[in-house]
Amino acid sequence: MRCSAILAATEICIMHIFLFVLHIGSSLFPMIKFDNVNKRYPGGHEALSGVSFHLKPGEMAFLTGHSGAGKSSLLKLIACIERASRGNVIIDGQNLTRLKSRHIPALRRKIGVVFQDHNLLYDRTVFDNVALPLIIAGYHQSEVGRRVRAALDKVGLLGKERLMPVTLSGGEQQRVGIARAVVNRPPLLLADEPTGNLDPELSREIMGLFEQFNQVGVSVLIATHDHDLISRLDYRLLTLRQGKLERDGQTAELQMHG
Amino acid sequence: MKRTSVKNTDTENRQRSRKPRGQVNAYFTHHLWVLVSSLGVLWRTPLATLMTAAVIGIALALPAGLHVLLQNVQQLSTGWEGTAQMSLFLKPDVPEKRIQALVDKLRGWDGVAGVRYISREQALAEFRELSGFGDALDSLDENPLPAVLVLQPTTGAAEPAQMELLLGKVQKLELVDLAQLDMEWVRRLSGIIEVGKRGVLLLGGLLALAILLVVGNTIRLTILSRRQEIIVTKLIGATNAFIRRPFLYTGFWYGLMGAVLAWLLVAALLGLLSDPVNRLSFLYNSEFSLGGPGLETVFILLGSGITLGLLGSWLAVGKHLQAIEPS
Repeated sequence: MRCSAILAATEICIMHIFLFVLHIGSSLFPMIKFDNVNKRYPGGHEALSGVSFHLKPGEMAFLTGHSGAGKSSLLKLIACIERASRGNVIIDGQNLTRLKSRHIPALRRKIGVVFQDHNLLYDRTVFDNVALPLIIAGYHQSEVGRRVRAALDKVGLLGKERLMPVTLSGGEQQRVGIARAVVNRPPLLLADEPTGNLDPELSREIMGLFEQFNQVGVSVLIATHDHDLISRLDYRLLTLRQGKLERDGQTAELQMHG
Repeated sequence: MKRTSVKNTDTENRQRSRKPRGQVNAYFTHHLWVLVSSLGVLWRTPLATLMTAAVIGIALALPAGLHVLLQNVQQLSTGWEGTAQMSLFLKPDVPEKRIQALVDKLRGWDGVAGVRYISREQALAEFRELSGFGDALDSLDENPLPAVLVLQPTTGAAEPAQMELLLGKVQKLELVDLAQLDMEWVRRLSGIIEVGKRGVLLLGGLLALAILLVVGNTIRLTILSRRQEIIVTKLIGATNAFIRRPFLYTGFWYGLMGAVLAWLLVAALLGLLSDPVNRLSFLYNSEFSLGGPGLETVFILLGSGITLGLLGSWLAVGKHLQAIEPS
């Protein structure tokens, strides 16, 4: 009797230690980690200097700043479109500074990207656009159909899968872009000015979608200069100014400070 | 938060465990899909596709047509080479007995399959019958024709070098006035054919280069016109192999279409030539008629067309795809 009680206690103890290690692990391996990152373009323009921050798995944050402050450069470093000139960029435990170019496709499959100008392929249907990441990743035909419909359902476009993108409104095209970004269920979602061309109501809808994805565990980083939109939501806010990380805090704090 | 992440890894595990077999299957399905869709893309611009295919077709048809013609000539001449024989013209006024002795002696030689003796009288009769100069012969006082021994070599000795050796031996015989290889001109012809074959090979090489350039340039223009699409697919995580695939299949189709066109061109060319050739060979009492491209030639034609199409697009893709990166 006593023996089994001790055993049970040890078991619970071990389980707690395990969970603790797991907890530390998740904070040790953030989804995005910038460590004193500099980005200097050929010609001498320094887009980022000494940027350091973490984004935990499942966290959602906004990235803001004036145009030219380095938002796009920061996103490009995450998707390995550009490489850091100094410092380390670590995505999901992978150091991109040393990433071989043949491993870039595998990295990008872990990141869903939503672009300001949608970047859809206009010579194929909505379905084919959304299916592209799955085809690239080599999913089976039946799986592709199921997932594409699920993604389109999530963004409210089920029933428009046979249409060509040009026949859709700007907001709908952006939602196709979002469906394409999440169809592969990536652990990280990046958005570059996703509401740039949309009116306030549509922008709120799009933000609502990002929040939904975040609620099921996807890390989300949204670059935007839409202050009205940010001020209505309470999330972490990273502010860039001339390539430096000027402020890192909640949007609520920002409003308090004016 | 914790619950959802557990659910996520759960679904991921399930995906991983069901991926392998499905993925191999999906890989082939994808290849098939790209194969068909790249043909569909070409089909949508029929005129441009036909022009490119026609350039490839003509470039392939030229050496292929010449090759088929040379093959025909060669076939014609090898038909005669098998019957290669040697004529020994004997000195005049050799007694019949000594001739018989010589015939017996020659039959015993290595490399001699048979010896046929044509006496002066037989030669005269034959000549009278075939030439139509009978009346002219009648006006002559005596038979101007020498006796002839026709020497048939064994198949092993019918090689040009062996024949040369035999000819030398025969010429030293006392009774022989002149020994002549009847098929000398056939060997000269086969020499000419060899030169022709080499010429076709060189021409083919040059035209293959032209095809590479044509396909390469066409694919280059396609790549440039689909630049945006390439950038987007790269951003989504496409590998270079994935992006290369439709362009390679496009090259494949160009090559295949060009080869089929070349085949049709060669067949049409031979069809146009066959009537006059048949008439000519009838005049020569020959049963020769022009043969079409054999199965082997057709395979080589299709194979080289496809290879050149693939290679051309491979070169273009290798050079231009690297330059297109998202920025």
